[in-house]
Amino acid sequence: MTLPHLADPAGRYRTMRLIRGFEELALEWVRAGHVVGGTHPYIGQEAVAVGVCAALDPADRITSTHRGHGHVLAKGADPGRLLAELAGRTNGLNRGRGGSMHAADLALGILGANGMVGAGAPIAVGAAWASVRLGEPRVAVSFFGDGALNQGVLLESLNLASIWRAPAVFVCENNGYATTLPASAGVGGSAVGRAAAFGIPAVTVDGMDVEAVRRAAEEAVERARTGGGPSFLECLTYRYEAHHTMERRFKLAYRSAEEVAAWRARDPLTAAAAALPDAAALDAEAARLLEEAAEFALAGPHPDPAGAADHLYATALEGTAG
Amino acid sequence: MTLLSYPKALNRALADALADDPAVCVLGEDVGAGLAGLTLGLQQRFGADRVVDTPLSEQAFTSAAIGAALVGMRPVIELQIPSLLYLVLEQLANQAHKFSLMTGGQARVPLTVVVPGSGSRSGWAGQHSDHPYSLFAHIGMKTLVPATPGDAYGLLASAIRDDDPVVLFAPAGALAVREDVTAPLVPVPIGRARVHRPGTDVTLVAVGHLVHDALAVAEELAPEISVEVLDPRTLYPLDRAALTASLARTGRLVVADDSNRTSGLAAELLATAAESGRLSAPPLRVTRPDGTVLPFAPALDRALQPSRDALREAVLTAVK
Repeated sequence: MTLPHLADPAGRYRTMRLIRGFEELALEWVRAGHVVGGTHPYIGQEAVAVGVCAALDPADRITSTHRGHGHVLAKGADPGRLLAELAGRTNGLNRGRGGSMHAADLALGILGANGMVGAGAPIAVGAAWASVRLGEPRVAVSFFGDGALNQGVLLESLNLASIWRAPAVFVCENNGYATTLPASAGVGGSAVGRAAAFGIPAVTVDGMDVEAVRRAAEEAVERARTGGGPSFLECLTYRYEAHHTMERRFKLAYRSAEEVAAWRARDPLTAAAAALPDAAALDAEAARLLEEAAEFALAGPHPDPAGAADHLYATALEGTAG
Repeated sequence: MTLLSYPKALNRALADALADDPAVCVLGEDVGAGLAGLTLGLQQRFGADRVVDTPLSEQAFTSAAIGAALVGMRPVIELQIPSLLYLVLEQLANQAHKFSLMTGGQARVPLTVVVPGSGSRSGWAGQHSDHPYSLFAHIGMKTLVPATPGDAYGLLASAIRDDDPVVLFAPAGALAVREDVTAPLVPVPIGRARVHRPGTDVTLVAVGHLVHDALAVAEELAPEISVEVLDPRTLYPLDRAALTASLARTGRLVVADDSNRTSGLAAELLATAAESGRLSAPPLRVTRPDGTVLPFAPALDRALQPSRDALREAVLTAVK
């Protein structure tokens, strides 16, 4: 069963709008001091998370990145609990222990955003392999950026997935920059070429077109589900905002205003809205969800410092380590 | 009398765990052939999809095991060389160890890492002879160093049942040890030290293979000095209560720790002893020197490791 909130174009648009609104609110909350530590805004990349997750079932799994809010919301996490997590509240997804970069909801198959670039890929491969072993074939998707293409562990993971024919989908969100390093200066050869070298079917799609991403993801997920092994999608996309909300302090200028404007002109939400009769109603629905989310998040209590070491171990320590 | 060797004990613990629980699996390089001795016969018995030969991709298969652990399996990974732990420090320290806390308790990572032949095997030189258990105790991962076949069986059994990541170091210097196991092999709780030999004059805490050296020294000195030999077995969590209780009997402490001196486990044991207020004489430690990298030639290799002579000397000094 497909994720119900992404089952039709209206649902996909509404979720993209929810992600966009969430990220705009998060930026406000960083400025207001509600969100500590800042965030890595996903604005501009919404079509990738929504397009890929539209191909997934609720039981499927994802691993995400430091820029993970979009993936987490697209897979179905509660926006209020995600916002509460960003604000470090006990009603957050991770009880305020993870924050923006580690948001997880294991019950929804969200195995965590991850602060180490490329680290989610082998975890997804392992989850995919294990699901076959456990007789409950579930697809595992790993989202990562173009920067992760240069992490050795990601290349090792492509090989492992290939030889194991793991039901895994590697989704490279190529937004053109590894923080400030242009992909042209960081990626030798091509992303899809790297995957193809490991015997993995790989395609490049327009990451600003949610339906194009969805179609490619459906093909990849179908291959995984039917024993055809892993696939690789390179989604060409763009982040409108800074790498991190701290960036503005330094007034970095590694991208031209023209370049940003050219990508903004291809906004995935504008394009999707044009194909819908009642986008305005969906906008209002997303806005209402966000209002509720904000109310829920701000009502959450801050954690008690006495519990700062809670949840470190799943089982109690039997010794007397202090 | 039935004699059980150390590698056979680990092999039996793995076999029993695989037989008991379909969620248990083993991943590692050359585990099908059983190159390190741990997994001999297991692939034939349990299948290549449960005892999985991996490519030489330590980072990927370690993290894949983490992913598998997150979704309901109980993987054991074998790293045949201790220095490979440095390769996968990202996966163990940053991922496996932190997941439970970072997810607010949603995630469990029942991963076991076994390092068969940690420390010097003499002639294996700089990149194959480290004994990095202190590093993992410092990180706060559950860290086990069994000294005997029975403890090797029991601690590995407990590690696999534990819902947290656990690293088990099988010291190269203990692999030749055999033990009479007419009594049934049972799980050994994580976090409990073992008094191998009671004594009243001095507590000699020894880790891993050094337990056997400590027992030999204690026996040798027995006519004059009563040495209590204490094996923590679990370096994290550390059984501080057992150490304090032993010091209450002896008031003197020597620690034998085959890892580097600065910030090593011995330093932690000495600090714990000092905090306990039970010491009647300055504590001593016998360790590798600061920043040791083991040289190749056997005489050089041995010169940097805690020796029986050094242990004896330290005990004699402690009781003066």
